[in-house]
Amino acid sequence: MVHFTAEEKAAITGLWGKVNVEEAGGEALGRLLVVYPWTQRFFDSFGNLSSASAIMGNPKVKAHGKKVLTSFGEAIKNLDNLKGAFAKLSELHCDKLHVDPENFRLLGNVIVIILATHFGREFTPDMQAAWQKLTNAVANALAHKYH
Amino acid sequence: MVHFTTEEKAAVASLWAKVNVEVVGGESLARLLIVYPWTQRFFDSFGNLCSESAIMGNPKVKAHGSKVLNSFGNAIKHMDDLKGTFADLSELHCDKLHVDPENFRLLGNMILIVLATHFSKEFTPQMQAAWQKLTNAVANALAHKYH
Repeated sequence: MVHFTAEEKAAITGLWGKVNVEEAGGEALGRLLVVYPWTQRFFDSFGNLSSASAIMGNPKVKAHGKKVLTSFGEAIKNLDNLKGAFAKLSELHCDKLHVDPENFRLLGNVIVIILATHFGREFTPDMQAAWQKLTNAVANALAHKYH
Repeated sequence: MVHFTTEEKAAVASLWAKVNVEVVGGESLARLLIVYPWTQRFFDSFGNLCSESAIMGNPKVKAHGSKVLNSFGNAIKHMDDLKGTFADLSELHCDKLHVDPENFRLLGNMILIVLATHFSKEFTPQMQAAWQKLTNAVANALAHKYH
């Protein structure tokens, strides 16, 4: 089980308190679809994904991105039990959505990049390390129920 | 062989022109050593790497980071032949330095994050996609001569 130090937890929650989940979530999912285009295959019903601007402006992308990042917010309240917190979502992503767990790591990296663009210098190396550890742990938790 | 579109080449070149290679190089290497601490094993001779501030302020880290990013600059001038451009460095990293190629991908991701913190909104999704493609291609070119 992943263990977060008190400093790591403080770094994570401190930054999270300043995140606009709707905006950051939409941007995270948008960037995933732009930078790793094969991920678009999971979102056939989302309409126009034909260009970067179409993707970034797509209301379904924004809405779903917000949903995904809100779930991340739940993770942050359960840093000591991520596998438990994500058990049901893990089963869903395996059994119903058939998402390759590698995509969870890609989305995690995109979230880190968005935090970097939004917070600039405030996104210090120690911040980055804590957040990288979190996104890796969430990706692992989401993959945990795969079979 | 990786093919970069005209737009991708333009995106990479336009951002590169504004990059302070010494600053971004030093910070990228420092972040690698902080966020992925096992990478410090390659830099035993660098002196004090015992904390975030020690690493960020370490003159050898800054100098070597600058050297590594200058080499990236060379890649940008030869985007149509990255494997050829990095052939000698690939042999060096395999035969003399014994660096696991996974670390090239990690450093590539660090460069992206530093660009994101420095350029913020200007580091658009399209920019990110072009740079991600470049860092992946450089990592592959550096791994190409491994045996």
